Amino acid sequence: MTTSKPSRNPNTVQPVGENFVWLTAMGLAAGIIMVIGMILLIFWKGVTVFWPKEVVLVELVEDSEAGLNGVTTFAGAIVDEREKLSRDPVTDAYKDEYSFFIGNKEVYGQMYYYIDVDQVARMEKPADIMVAERMEYGNAIFYPQALTLANGEVIPADTDAFNTVLQKRLEVVRDRRSAITQLEKKAIGRINHQLEDIRLEKLRLKREHGSDAADHPNMQQLLTREAQLEAEYKELDAASSALRELQQAETLTYQLVTGEERTLALGALVDVFKPNTMSFTDKVAFFIVHVWRFVSENPREANTEGGIFPAIFGTFAMTLLMSAIVMPFGVLAAIYLREYATQGPFVQSIRIAINNLAGVPSIVYGVFGLGFFVYVLGGSIDELFFPIMAEQGTPVFGTGGILWAAFTLALMTVPVVVVATEEALAAVPRGAREASLACGASKWQTIQRIVMPASSSGIITGLILAMARGAGEVAPLMLVGVIKLAPDLPIDLEPPFIHLDRKFMHLGFHIYDLGFQSPNSEAAKPMVFATTFLLIMLVIVLNLGAILIRDRLRRKYASGTF
Amino acid sequence: MSATVTMDSTNYTQSTDNAKKAVDGADHSPAPSAAHDTFIQIKDDFGFWYGESQVLHDLNFNIPKQRVTAFIGPSGCGKSTLLRCFNRMNDLIDGVRHQGDIVINSHSIFDRQLEVISLRKRVGMVFQKYNPFPKTIYENVVYSLRVAGRNKKSQLDEVVEASLRSAALWDEVKDRLHTSALGLSGGQMQRLCIARAIANKPEVLLMDEPCSALDPIATGKIEELIHDLKEQFTIVIVTHNMQQAARVSDRTAFFYLGKLIEYDKTETIFMNPKMKQTEDYVSGRFG
Repeated sequence: MTTSKPSRNPNTVQPVGENFVWLTAMGLAAGIIMVIGMILLIFWKGVTVFWPKEVVLVELVEDSEAGLNGVTTFAGAIVDEREKLSRDPVTDAYKDEYSFFIGNKEVYGQMYYYIDVDQVARMEKPADIMVAERMEYGNAIFYPQALTLANGEVIPADTDAFNTVLQKRLEVVRDRRSAITQLEKKAIGRINHQLEDIRLEKLRLKREHGSDAADHPNMQQLLTREAQLEAEYKELDAASSALRELQQAETLTYQLVTGEERTLALGALVDVFKPNTMSFTDKVAFFIVHVWRFVSENPREANTEGGIFPAIFGTFAMTLLMSAIVMPFGVLAAIYLREYATQGPFVQSIRIAINNLAGVPSIVYGVFGLGFFVYVLGGSIDELFFPIMAEQGTPVFGTGGILWAAFTLALMTVPVVVVATEEALAAVPRGAREASLACGASKWQTIQRIVMPASSSGIITGLILAMARGAGEVAPLMLVGVIKLAPDLPIDLEPPFIHLDRKFMHLGFHIYDLGFQSPNSEAAKPMVFATTFLLIMLVIVLNLGAILIRDRLRRKYASGTF
Repeated sequence: MSATVTMDSTNYTQSTDNAKKAVDGADHSPAPSAAHDTFIQIKDDFGFWYGESQVLHDLNFNIPKQRVTAFIGPSGCGKSTLLRCFNRMNDLIDGVRHQGDIVINSHSIFDRQLEVISLRKRVGMVFQKYNPFPKTIYENVVYSLRVAGRNKKSQLDEVVEASLRSAALWDEVKDRLHTSALGLSGGQMQRLCIARAIANKPEVLLMDEPCSALDPIATGKIEELIHDLKEQFTIVIVTHNMQQAARVSDRTAFFYLGKLIEYDKTETIFMNPKMKQTEDYVSGRFG
């Protein structure tokens, strides 16, 4: 026998089918890589927004035609360096270009500036360049000149005191700003609410008593109360105007790199910093402060600046409300289906129908929610309880609101809960049921005392899935209650504290709005990532909470003995 | 074998196949004494079907009061099914039906007037695999009282102590009544299940292979317990263990393929069976 071909040792058994281990492992690996890659990308892009970027002073080559406002020197933070999308007509090659964040939108008319790499002659990082975050027009990048205090005293930027005084005054300005917000939103807001109530009450009296309404004793009372409130309002308004004036009293004078000199009231500033002289610890502190502002403040400037607190809160409140609605419905339906209904083709077809409901596009639920919950249910509620407001064109429940949004999403996620609960109920061992029934318990007692606790962890799993789907949903919400900018939170300190009729902000819609509806999409891009990251975090936090509850239940009712 | 076996006996009949023999057997038995009346009557050719397949055929026999009656026979012979008829546990299964009647303490259990819940209060059951609820020991014992709406603390405390003492578990668990029942050993759990079954003072105690998942020591304790409990309850036990049937029961019924082959005093079944099949089975030649 020739040995040119080594024969396989007959004792080595080829592991039949084990090749497929690699196939399955590849499937898992691909999934994990995609998910982790996405989260890392969003995390990185979202988090770097808050890290202070150094500002470079750019000098262009002398004969450059690309100058800003006719000047070949400008300052900005490098956002990106990339290959251009189109070929250069002369060299027929792809050139690289820088993208700079140049700020000063009110002067330049744009916040981003693109320059070919070969146009740049020199770049440096001047120490005294300053970046200001402003209430309006985004950031400004400039050389500070002087600070003018309210008493007329002028502190030039090159004195030692300048920085400390500026920071101190800004602190005062910020405090005053929150005082103004407090005054206008809380105190004046409350008076406005009461005035609105009085107006409606007057309307009601007029309708009920016709021309006699003026003589009605309640009318007199209302009028006195109205006058009283209006006096209070004037007082508060004067106070807030005085504060607003103070905000304008101190000014900062600065010069742009391109030469323009400008003066800005401190009241228009949020914060100033010199990015090129910041140490690492300064940057970390800056980062923490800005992350905190992002999650705790209201948005500004068409949502492209400021924080997203109302959106976080709205998403959170809506998801909890949805869970509170979907749980009882889904669990009760599943109990009937699994425990009471006679299993047969009819019940089976209902089960299939429920499973298919989970696959209906969410926008369909949105349209249904608008048509049924908002117009039919909400309209009827308004007709019964708030007829005057509805007539005035300010419907209460007859328009989108957090309650209807929660109902719509509950309807959408009910199949998930039903399916999960049914599975959990089916998994409760027969021994447990029999033990209970043998003790003389009725069917309902058995379900309530034995089956439900034993399946609670599975039911919570259904809730987790429902929340994950509900919290990330946007399309139906656009029809039933989400808006771009909500003046009030759905839960606040104003009685009755929980305002189910209010419209709300939502992270998912916020992302859509920032990314695709914003007038300045380039400026909104980092916010989109940051918001997306927060939405994912919120879903994870909600899920972790539910998982914690589930594990506790599982430990409590764990039993290998059934 | 239990020393307390008395020589009295109730009438019994066997399946129709053995009707002749049954009559003979009845003739040999002394008349039933007043103290040990018939408590459960299986009569009118009792039969039972799962869907289309008949698993019990033409049963007619009586189970005496405050005695231990063992059902033996190979797997699938219908002895557990019959046991589960006594508290109508088979109702849980779809597509079952029966013929004939079972009478417990002179009430038909299939009576339409009778609520199955009240039947189960009178007929307690201990299962093959110990199945305490994932609750505290205390709550396990008082479960049948709680579902009956009895929630008075002093009453419950009393029942817990009495039941656990009856189940010979009190001394082992009295200091941890409010800890989870799932922390007990297998034998303790099964005794807890017995305590749970007797807490509501049933008349009949059904035991479906109560020791099959236990080690010999735990089995011994349960057997002792069964011996003590028959003072108060009519006990019916299904077992695969010949020695156990011989040790604990006063009467033994041997089933084969859904038919009652032989039913007599335990002594007779094991020492001097009338039927060849019984002899083969108890001596381990088949089954």
